[in-house]
Amino acid sequence: MSLPLLRAENISLRFGGLKALDQVTFDLHAGEVHSLVGHNGAGKSTFIRVLSGVYQPEEGRILVRVGDALREVRFGSPRDAQRYGIETIHQNLALADNLDTVANVFLGRERVRFGTLDEESMESEARRVLERVGARIPVLRVPIHQLSGGQRQSVAIGRALLFQARILIMDEPTAALGPGETARVKDLIRALRGEGLGIVLISHDLHDVLDLSDRITVMKGGRVVGTVRAEESDQEELLSMILTGEKRKGTV
Amino acid sequence: MGERREGGEGLIFSIQNVFLLLVLGVLWVAFHLLTLGQAGHFLSPQNLWNLSVQTSVVSILVGGMVLVIVARQIDLSVGSLLGFTGMVMALLQAVPPLGHGWPWPLALLIGVILGGGAGLLQGYLVAYLGAPSFIVTMAGLLVFRNAAYLIAEGKTIGPLQEGFLVLGGGLQGAIGPFWSWVVTGLAWVYTLGRVWWGRRSRLQHGLPVRPLWVDAFFSLLLTAIFGGFLWVMNSFPHPTTGQGRGIPVPVLLAITVLLSLHWLSQRTRFGRYVYAIGGNPEAAMLAGIPVRQVQVLVFGLMGLLAGLAGAVQAARLAFVPTGMGTLLELYVIAAAVVGGTSLAGGSGTILGAALGALIMSSLQSGLVLIGVPTEWQNLILGVVLVLAAVWNARFHRRRS
Repeated sequence: MSLPLLRAENISLRFGGLKALDQVTFDLHAGEVHSLVGHNGAGKSTFIRVLSGVYQPEEGRILVRVGDALREVRFGSPRDAQRYGIETIHQNLALADNLDTVANVFLGRERVRFGTLDEESMESEARRVLERVGARIPVLRVPIHQLSGGQRQSVAIGRALLFQARILIMDEPTAALGPGETARVKDLIRALRGEGLGIVLISHDLHDVLDLSDRITVMKGGRVVGTVRAEESDQEELLSMILTGEKRKGTV
Repeated sequence: MGERREGGEGLIFSIQNVFLLLVLGVLWVAFHLLTLGQAGHFLSPQNLWNLSVQTSVVSILVGGMVLVIVARQIDLSVGSLLGFTGMVMALLQAVPPLGHGWPWPLALLIGVILGGGAGLLQGYLVAYLGAPSFIVTMAGLLVFRNAAYLIAEGKTIGPLQEGFLVLGGGLQGAIGPFWSWVVTGLAWVYTLGRVWWGRRSRLQHGLPVRPLWVDAFFSLLLTAIFGGFLWVMNSFPHPTTGQGRGIPVPVLLAITVLLSLHWLSQRTRFGRYVYAIGGNPEAAMLAGIPVRQVQVLVFGLMGLLAGLAGAVQAARLAFVPTGMGTLLELYVIAAAVVGGTSLAGGSGTILGAALGALIMSSLQSGLVLIGVPTEWQNLILGVVLVLAAVWNARFHRRRS
């Protein structure tokens, strides 16, 4: 198999006395959806926060593909991860409700000309990326607390796709959405996988996970229970791994 | 959501600010009618000229306070810091062993830098050491007030130098009719240019623009406001020369500060980050915004403005008493709240706060003019503040 886009090896992280992550190893290929499942507190969100540069691991290393080689990287901040094309859509979407769509899409990466924000250029770029994700937001210049859940989700996704993302991390992207909007997000995930992005997906909906994923990694208590191929697995197996923390069948 | 016309960079005036402008208009007309039967009318050049000077100190401070509150913080130390920096500037110019004969620009510079430094220190305590800003700046209130008392040994310090007094808008403290025309002319050119360039730039990027009549209407309104302002300032005669006084220096200073802060808040990364932090601190952090640095800078800016306002207040009084600026922080916060700033953070505009400051000082000035006793004035100001807070709460309820 070709080189992965990303590999995390033996990642460990403690919060006080609690071992939040314990020797987690995980990899992701281009054009792959690799899901993380497990109970609340299993370490999924903590782990993706390591991948996206929010937390720094105490042990282990992260490797990212650069050209034809894997390079070890250290992310001191979310910006460092973004530089390697790793974009994250956090569970609460991490949007500033008081700002408009354009400001949220470009938050932290504003375009500046002569010391002032280049609003026109940002707005036309935001328009382009929102069209790509199929967003229906008629007015880009109102605070986003006036938008619907689906529209806000589109803003968060548009924000992640703005800069040549190679790896997209999505933490519960459909948790706050209705059925129609959920279907749209799922279509988008498939489309992005088709474009060659690597996608890390966290979801509680095992049906969706089996439907969308190529591989699924189960976590419990900060450890990896095992990784299975979605086509060779089913809900029963996943549930048993989530509950018992033990594998039953062979793994990949 | 219906098909609404898109506002580009937002209207020059938001709906809320148009409302404040209306309130101000109603207030002015009402006070004018109430003072028709007496010698000094409310809408006389003399009263409006004085009103503008009286508003300048709070106006210089209120923009900084808006940014502090938008970033979910508070600064209770501004009145004391103003008193302290004003006292330092007075001592440097006027007290022999310390600095008799120090040129006043040097004293001014030191005072402003001192204010900025004090602000940065408070910001550091809040952002990096995690102390709540309410407590840090309340301590600042005590420290700076009493430091002012100690360095002046309890005395009133003065007189200040002639050149320095220009900052206070006294007899020599206005720029005269000619330069007032120049300043107003520049404001006209800038406003019309901004609107025109904005339209052109949006059209070039293929973006929707406001209807032409909206742009035309607001350009015309602003032009008229500037023109009215110029007329009033040039109509109040100087007692010795008989010529119009023109725009007072402290008012020019306040307008410059407010426009700079407006630009900073709306058109720069720093301003965007302040609002983002106020709207959702976690999102700001996850977006890679240097949250703590921005917080420190916001307090630093507030301190800098306190130093500047301290100079203006000192120059207005010519002699600096140890209690200068006492309770001023409350007037500044009140002006920000009346101007639509929400203490929950994340929302509030510089222009709104400027209108808030003008409304509060108009109220006070009008009540004085119609002979309402001080106790009643303050009571009424308090009631207005509560009304504004309730109005804000209702205005923002849609958010949650």
